[in-house]
Amino acid sequence: MERRLLSGDEAVAAAAKDGGVHLGTGYPGTPSTEILETFSTLGGRAQWAPNEKVALEVALGAAFGGARALVTMKHVGLNVAADPLFTSAYTGVQGGLVIVSADDPGMASSQNEQDNRHYAEAAGLPMLEPSDSQEAYDLALAAFELSERWQLPVILRMTTRVCHSKSIVARRAGLPAPKAPAFVRDIKARVMIPAYARPAHRALRKKLEGLRIYNESSPLNVWREGSKALGVITSGVTARHVREAAPEASLLELKTVYPLPIDKLRAFAGSVERCVVVEEGDPILEVAIRAAGIPVEGKPAAFRFGELSVERVRRILARDPRPEPEPPKGKAPALCPACPYHPVYAALHKLDCIVAGDIGCYTLGVLPPYQGIDACVAMGASVGMGLGLRHVLPEQEARRVVSIIGDSTFVHSGLSGLVEMVYNPPPTGHVLIVLDNGTTAMTGQQEHPGTGRTLAHEPTTKVSIEGLARAVGVRSVDVVDPVADPAAFEKLLAERLAAPVLSVIVARRPCILAAPNIRRYEQAAEAKRAAGVEAGNV
Amino acid sequence: MSSRIVNVVLAGVGGQGVIKASDILADAAFRAGRDVKKAEIHGMSQRGGSVTTDVRFGDEVLSPMITPGEADFLVVLDPSEIAVTRSLLRAGGLLVPPDAIEEARLPNKKSLNVALLGILARALDLPEEAWRAAIHAALPERLHALNEAAFRLGRETALPRPNP
Ligand SMILES: Cc1ncc(C[n+]2csc(CCOP(=O)(O)OP(=O)(O)O)c2C)c(N)n1
Ligand code: SF4
Repeated sequence: MERRLLSGDEAVAAAAKDGGVHLGTGYPGTPSTEILETFSTLGGRAQWAPNEKVALEVALGAAFGGARALVTMKHVGLNVAADPLFTSAYTGVQGGLVIVSADDPGMASSQNEQDNRHYAEAAGLPMLEPSDSQEAYDLALAAFELSERWQLPVILRMTTRVCHSKSIVARRAGLPAPKAPAFVRDIKARVMIPAYARPAHRALRKKLEGLRIYNESSPLNVWREGSKALGVITSGVTARHVREAAPEASLLELKTVYPLPIDKLRAFAGSVERCVVVEEGDPILEVAIRAAGIPVEGKPAAFRFGELSVERVRRILARDPRPEPEPPKGKAPALCPACPYHPVYAALHKLDCIVAGDIGCYTLGVLPPYQGIDACVAMGASVGMGLGLRHVLPEQEARRVVSIIGDSTFVHSGLSGLVEMVYNPPPTGHVLIVLDNGTTAMTGQQEHPGTGRTLAHEPTTKVSIEGLARAVGVRSVDVVDPVADPAAFEKLLAERLAAPVLSVIVARRPCILAAPNIRRYEQAAEAKRAAGVEAGNV
Repeated sequence: MSSRIVNVVLAGVGGQGVIKASDILADAAFRAGRDVKKAEIHGMSQRGGSVTTDVRFGDEVLSPMITPGEADFLVVLDPSEIAVTRSLLRAGGLLVPPDAIEEARLPNKKSLNVALLGILARALDLPEEAWRAAIHAALPERLHALNEAAFRLGRETALPRPNP
């Protein structure tokens, strides 16, 4: 059996490969990005979708067709995909569908630390949670087994520490080979008009109760017999911290975090004198266990914030009331010195713009010297927020409002904001700057529809940002290189701000870190094309 | 119970090869038959921010993270990171600072990460062969000779004095 040192993300990719997954799709987002990248490297069929909602829909369609499908995203991505997510619990699937939600407690690289375990209960979908890379591998395979057995999508919930930590993984034979995809018509199960959705909801609740009973005796949940004085209920990487902080304690390590095996939890709590629920993030296990009438102790409110660690678990168990020490503060990331965004932020700063910003490398423009962003909330939100400001601010202020968005973000969810812009234009017009650096830089240089290359950097149809802007009816569309002539960029921006028109400025210049790679991909594509021409298959 | 776990923190700023060095160390311990866990936060490191990674090995490693004040070794690649990371080291722990190696003697500036691993190797009980294989696995072939030279340079450098 092959043993290797793998990150949690790599382990899920290996499981997808060994489990015969037909299609992996998703949208980049730390800490989930490496799953699809590794799956592709291992020879799996992996593709980036323009956003998480589309990714889930593609995977759902594949699973309706009887395939094994994997979809990956970071925690906030599941918000984008939430609409199909909830109803996919009603439709169920024909093949297998596993949705990876990579949460980021502590916000190493995110705008919030939402706890996506809430989604399992809210949507009514089974959820598994690994504590290290071996479990990420095993539970990814188990998730496909569950999904196919219960004909439901299954959520595999990971966190930054599980995704990015490396530990030893032994790969195994995988799963029984999947059936070849084939269409099976089942209109009542798949078409959610109210008449069919009502019984589907009842059927879902029945399945979940069946799953609960199944989880009661699931070998995935680990009960470690220890001291009678202290028992701990926990899940995810926290289980590892607990074993180190309190090696003597009895432990119930949950892997099936939804639906919860309540009878087992009751038995465990009853077997110890003091039973503490130690969980990272929101008190979800604690509330559910207490709601079932099982007396357990939770953690103090301060431990809802950030990641847990061995040290923090020791404090929870010791009921240590002392304030926690501040973690050492390192250097914050900043825009690369030669980043093409510098002249853009310099111009925005000089013209005293009010900037509705978005998420990507360019968010770092918020730091001194520019302090160049006034709002940043969610991907794609810059366009709508800018329009809202334009609608209500006094004219002199409204004229200073600019929306600024990256190329990947624009394709992800800026497009519907653009449609809003032409549909409900503010009286002062609006200026939207698309920062087109030819890559998704923030998450490590992934391709997107605007780069014209697939996840594996192979050529495909290139979506034109300026073409889209013109197509929806924006008349003032400029494409400029802000680095080539910063003064001209500033002049253009000033002119567009002065006129009460709708304007899109595409500031196009490759990310300096990505530029050499982009050149390589282009050369490879060119060489391939030339070889194709020679072979006569144009 | 398991034998004592060795805890190594590596620190620096984005672009210095901190993560690469931690991959080599973790792989060397893995090849030597130890249980290993390695934790890091990455995602925004290319923009010059601080990077620290934790490598732990022994018979059975549970948590992937090293508790502040419990690191046995702290290897720092950038002078600016010493002050912020020093408290991670336990009393009696060993700091390997960037100036433990004379820059002029490095085969190339980028190989500081591997040279500092060479110093660390003096204090760790991992076979030479595991180190060599880990260096080879982590780097493209054209860089093997250079990095082996950097590693040897570290190997021949005296260990700094432990943290009081
Ligand atoms: C819904 C959602 N999905 C994914 C992410 C992770 N993420 C943050 S910014 C970003 C894309 C950035 O790319 P781009 O807009 O091209 O800007 P750049 O980083 O290149 O400057 C991604 C994928 C997120 N924050 N929210
Ligand atoms: S990685 Fe690219 S886009 Fe991000 S700051 Fe550096 S140059 Fe700019």
